[in-house]
Amino acid sequence: MVSGPADPVARAGHAEHPPRVGFFTDTSVCIGCKACEVACKTWNEVPEDGLVLSGMSYDNTVGLGASTWRHVAFIEQPVSEADSVDGVRWLMASDVCKHCTESACLDVCPTGALFRTEFGTVVVQDDVCNGCGYCVTACPFGVIARREQDGGAHKCTLCYDRLSTGMEPACAKACPTDSIQFGPLDELRERARLRVSDLHDAGQDKARLYLDDPSDGIGGGGAFFLLLDEPEVYGLPPDPVVTTRDLPAMWRHVAVAAGGLFAAAVALGMRRRA
Amino acid sequence: MSQARHATRRRGGRGRGEQAMVPDAEFTSYYGRPVIREPVWRTPDVPGYLFLGGLAGASSVLAAGAELSGYREVSRVAKTGAAGAIGLSAVALVHDLGRPGRFLNMLRVFKPSSPMSVGSWLLAGYGPVAGAAAAAELTGLFPRAGRAATVGAGLLGPAIATYTAALICDTAVPAWHEGHREMPYVFAGSAASAAGGLGLLAAGLGLLAAGLGDARPARELAVAGAAVELVAKRRLLARLTGDGTRNLAEPYETGRTGTLLRVAEGLTAAGLAGAVLGRRSRLVSAASGAALLAASAMTRWGIFEAGMASARDPKYTIVPQRARMPAATPDPARPTPGPA
Repeated sequence: MVSGPADPVARAGHAEHPPRVGFFTDTSVCIGCKACEVACKTWNEVPEDGLVLSGMSYDNTVGLGASTWRHVAFIEQPVSEADSVDGVRWLMASDVCKHCTESACLDVCPTGALFRTEFGTVVVQDDVCNGCGYCVTACPFGVIARREQDGGAHKCTLCYDRLSTGMEPACAKACPTDSIQFGPLDELRERARLRVSDLHDAGQDKARLYLDDPSDGIGGGGAFFLLLDEPEVYGLPPDPVVTTRDLPAMWRHVAVAAGGLFAAAVALGMRRRA
Repeated sequence: MSQARHATRRRGGRGRGEQAMVPDAEFTSYYGRPVIREPVWRTPDVPGYLFLGGLAGASSVLAAGAELSGYREVSRVAKTGAAGAIGLSAVALVHDLGRPGRFLNMLRVFKPSSPMSVGSWLLAGYGPVAGAAAAAELTGLFPRAGRAATVGAGLLGPAIATYTAALICDTAVPAWHEGHREMPYVFAGSAASAAGGLGLLAAGLGLLAAGLGDARPARELAVAGAAVELVAKRRLLARLTGDGTRNLAEPYETGRTGTLLRVAEGLTAAGLAGAVLGRRSRLVSAASGAALLAASAMTRWGIFEAGMASARDPKYTIVPQRARMPAATPDPARPTPGPA
């Protein structure tokens, strides 16, 4: 069924489960080292996906994809001379799958390849996925993608294999500034609220949390962020809503339209040939 | 140094003298990159599937109705058309998979939250029944079972013709998703128009032994379907424009897709007029039927391409989301800056 915001892990059938875990990515301390990208690639044996220079500042992976599960965005933002010696401030942010509470990719997957783990994360079973691409089209963040080489959909697993043995995900382990923090989601949310409050006190008026709120359009992210500007500056949608929230309405309209066609059949059938 | 904040103001349309219907709002993006991912669904597989699935489903409706009312000739054409169209569409679906050898994985689970899962089960039920109806008709074997299959396909046909609207609207693609209230009616109308058009074309080409009069059910379905399609498409575009703050009709109205959909609308209207006025002309009947079939295919292609265009350009994701958000004011629920 359409996933709901209450305990998504229990709803997925894990009656007894460990606390839901996730990422809090605090972009205010990201230094753009890309250790997360490298650690993710290495641990998960994600194939190389192009060695190109994009011209987008230091960002040469350009975005998340089938073979890029952590992506560091680089934004060189013009600011007033008073705020910066050279008139520019740097925004850097490590993006990742949001492991949504209400997860569109999981809802629409027709094979059951995508599933919710006992940790509350969303993972693709590569041996089940038949490459239909529905998840790719449903994700409001453009995260999950189909890999050309094998035709299957791939994305961050939140290092499911490492979690199972009590280790933290590779990207969080490698992050030298604790910009990527891993832990139980409740604790991370509390820590994030304190951090954004500190930043406001320090005069960072535009600091805000993104996807931390369980009442938002995806029921809150299992991975959420502290941003220093509007989400779209970082390539993130400002108000993402899981598409399946409207699915009951869609089925109702489909039912009415199909009823119309059925009525046409009856009407045609009742008019006997003269 | 690169400029990261693109307050991108663009000229309307994409050249060719097109005028954007809504003035482009200023919006910010990450180097102009799309926010959502463009669907990996390909042309002609997926728009072809949308068209053929509609043609098949509505043809089964026509076949059942015509058989029950004694129009055997047109029923035969519709059954054959339904079986052929659904066979081709199944090939298109499997071909579009990244791993075609695993198409049977579609039947591992049944998930109402996935229109593709629902559709796979519908197809698994409908395909063999529609095939059996056609086989019994063409071979003359097992007439009673054939009649049961004809009725069965007629019951499942409406779902086959319309579920594809939920399939494309249950996505993050803004030009599809925001049209989810109207799309099922566009698809139902387009499907009925195509199925009726196929019957008219067959009658016009002289394939019905009893002549043009035997095409009456096809003619009625074509007229009703074309009328519904014309109205529903207009309502779809009105919805996507909203109160003017949304720009989601633009991908349907500009560029090559805009031209395609305008030609489709013209063909639907011409086919509708021909179906009404050309009752006694084989030539007009055939031309009307062909026009309606072409219009239905072009409509599906245009809707598909409009969605793809809306996925490629971040403004279609960001501007409507910004428009529905409250203006940026300090959120009282959040910690506010100030002396501790």
